[in-house]
Amino acid sequence: MPVLHSAPKISSNVGVLDTLAAALGSKVVASKEEHGEIVLTVARDEIEEALRILRDDHQYQQLMEIAGVDYPSRPERFEVVYMLLSVTKNHRLLVKVAASETTPVPTVTTLWPNAGWLEREVFDLYGVIFAGNPDLRRILTDYGFEGHPFRKDFPLTGYTELRYSEEDKRVVYEPVRLSQDLRSFDFMSPWEGADYVLPGDEKAAEAATPPPVVEKKVTDTKADTGAGEKANDKAAEKVAPAASTGTVAGEGQGDPAPVTTGKNEPGAPDPTGSRPDRGATGGAAAKEGTGPAPEGS
Amino acid sequence: MSMQLEQSPTTGDEVITNYTINFGPQHPAAHGVLRMVMELDGEIIERIDPHVGLLHRGTEKLIEHKTYLQALPYFDRLDYCSPMAMEHSYVLAVEKLLNLEVPLRAQYLRVLFAELTRIKNHMLNMGSHVMDVGAMTPNLWLFELREDCMNFYERASGARMHAAWFRPGGVHQDVSLKLLADIGDWLDTRLPRLFEDAMSLVVDNRIFKQRNVDIAKVSKQDALAWGFSGPMIRAAGIPWDLRKAQPYDVYDRMDFEIPVGTNSDCYDRFMVRVEEVRQSARIMKQCLAEMPEGPVASTDRKVVPPKRAEMKSSMESLIHHFKLYTEGFHVPAGEVYVATESPKGEFGVYLVSDGSNKPYRCKIRPTAFSHLQAMDFMSKGHMLPDATAILGAIDVVFGECDR
Repeated sequence: MPVLHSAPKISSNVGVLDTLAAALGSKVVASKEEHGEIVLTVARDEIEEALRILRDDHQYQQLMEIAGVDYPSRPERFEVVYMLLSVTKNHRLLVKVAASETTPVPTVTTLWPNAGWLEREVFDLYGVIFAGNPDLRRILTDYGFEGHPFRKDFPLTGYTELRYSEEDKRVVYEPVRLSQDLRSFDFMSPWEGADYVLPGDEKAAEAATPPPVVEKKVTDTKADTGAGEKANDKAAEKVAPAASTGTVAGEGQGDPAPVTTGKNEPGAPDPTGSRPDRGATGGAAAKEGTGPAPEGS
Repeated sequence: MSMQLEQSPTTGDEVITNYTINFGPQHPAAHGVLRMVMELDGEIIERIDPHVGLLHRGTEKLIEHKTYLQALPYFDRLDYCSPMAMEHSYVLAVEKLLNLEVPLRAQYLRVLFAELTRIKNHMLNMGSHVMDVGAMTPNLWLFELREDCMNFYERASGARMHAAWFRPGGVHQDVSLKLLADIGDWLDTRLPRLFEDAMSLVVDNRIFKQRNVDIAKVSKQDALAWGFSGPMIRAAGIPWDLRKAQPYDVYDRMDFEIPVGTNSDCYDRFMVRVEEVRQSARIMKQCLAEMPEGPVASTDRKVVPPKRAEMKSSMESLIHHFKLYTEGFHVPAGEVYVATESPKGEFGVYLVSDGSNKPYRCKIRPTAFSHLQAMDFMSKGHMLPDATAILGAIDVVFGECDR
C-alpha cells in the first residue's frame, strides 16, 4: 500500500525485521510489520538480554518510552511495550512482552537509567511488577491510592472522591457519588452487534423465554364438568335467513333479517338532544308519540 | 558590657546530619505542581526525589472513552504552553493508522503554526528561566511576544490557548490572507526587535552566566542513556532534531539549521532555545512564501466532515456530518508510535486501535518525564539555588508530565 500520510519518515524498514529476528534468535516469540512499525514480541524472561543485544549490537541507544496495555481477555492480560530509538540509524522499534498480575517482568534499569520511572508508571497504572527495579513505588497516583486505574476493569470515575470539609478543616476522602450516571455511549448498531438489552426492551427478552409450565393445561371433558348433552338441536340452526340472496346470516357478511315478534319489546332510548328545530330523531317512543315533548316546544 | 562570642554548635564531637526540605508543591520556581524532597548537606544537594503526579488527571484513560475526534482537545491541555505541538503528534498518529493523505496547504499551515507554537513556548520558558535566576525585565518583554502568538492563535482557531485546530486530515478551518500578512509583518519587525532586545539583556549578562554556566553538565552518553530529547540533547552536542531526521508534514521542504551546544550546561540549553526561535521564524517565513492555495483538510468524507454550506444542498453531506459527529470515524486495527519534535523535545503518541471509533489505548510520551527523572543525577553536588536554574533549563510543564 503506498504511503499517503505525512507522519514522520524514518529509515527504511527493508530487511530490518529479518536481521533483528535472526540476531535475537529464540528470544523472539512473534514479529510483525504493520502500518510501518516493526513490532517484536519477546519472551518475558529474555527481555533484558534482548534489549541489551539491540542496544549494544544494533545501535538502539535510546529507550524513549515504556507503555502498558491491558487486554483482559488474554491469559496474560498485560502487554509492556518498549519504544526504542536509534539516533545513528534513524530508526524506531517496538519491543513487547506479555505479563499477568503475578508474573514479574525483569527490569531494564540495568540498561537505561530512565527505565526506573517508566517502569514505575506501568506498575502504578497497571500493576505489572518489575523484578529488580530498585525503587518500584507509585508515581502518578495520589499518596495512599489503592488499585491500578488504567486497567480496563477499573471504572473511569474511580472509587473515591475528595473534597475540602469545612467541619473537619481538612480534605476528606469519600466514596464516589454521582448525581447522574456517567454517560458511556455505545455506537454499535442494534442490528449489527449489540449484545445487551436495549433500554425499555427488557420485557422482550423475558417473552422470548417463557417460564416453564408446571401443570399442563387440557380441555375439560364432559365427565370432568358434569355437563349433559346439548340442550337443543335448534341451537345449531342458523339464527335468521339472509336479508338478500348470496349470503347466509350468522355465517358472516350478511345482515340478520328483521323478525316481527308481535310482543311489545322495549324500544330505543329517548332522544337526548334539545334541538326542537330538528324534530324527532328516532327511537320507538318518538315514533309512537308517547315520549315527553322536547322542552320549549 | 563585654562582647560575647557565640558558641559554635559543632564544637565537640557532635555530627550535623543532612536535613531534608520540601521544594514545592507550591513554589513559583517549580513551574507548576512539583514537589521535590531534597536532602541537603548544608547548601549542597545530596539527593533529590521529585514527586510528580500532583496534576495527574488520567487523560489517557479519558481518551479511551472518547471518539478519536473528541480525544483531540485533551492534547491541548497536556502541555498548555505549546498546545498545537501536542495536537500535531496525535493527528499524525491517527493519519498514520488511516493512511490518510493531507492536502499540501494544510501541511504548510500545520508547520507554520507548529513553529509559532515553538516561539510561543520558548517565550514562556526563557522568560521564566531568567526570572528564576533573578532577572525580571526580559520576562515582561517576552510575554508581550507570547501575547502576540496567542492573538494569532485566536484569529486562526478562535481560542487563545486550547485551539483544537489541527484535525485528523488537515486543520479545522482556513486562515484569512490578512492573518498571514500580519504574521509576516510580525516576523519581520516586532519579533526580532523585541526578542533581540530582551536577549541583549540576558545572554551576555554576568549574573545570568554565573548562575547557568557549568551547571548540570551532562555528557553525550548520559544524555542518550537518560532518554533526553529536544533542546536537552542538542545542548549536549548531539545534532538530533526530529524535524530534520524524521521529517513530517512539509519539514523536508524547509531550510533551517539545528543549533547544538558545546558545553552541555544550563547556559547552552538556554542558548539552543534562543537560536531555535530565530530558526523557527525562518521556517515560518518560508511557509508564508511557499504556501499554496487549496483545501485545508482531506476531502475523504469518511473522516473529515463537510462544510456547512455543502450540507444545505447535499443529503449525503448531511448524513456524513451526522455520522461523524455522533459515531465518529473508525480507524483500522493496529498500533503506531508517532513522535514529533515538540518545543520541549520528543512528544510521542502510542496509539492502539481495535478497529472501533475509540482508541483502545493512547499512551502519551511526555518530554518532561525523562528529563525530570534525571534531576537527581544532574543536581547532585550543586547548590540549592542551582536547582531552580536546572529546572528552568529542563523546561518542564506539569500538565504534560503528569497527564
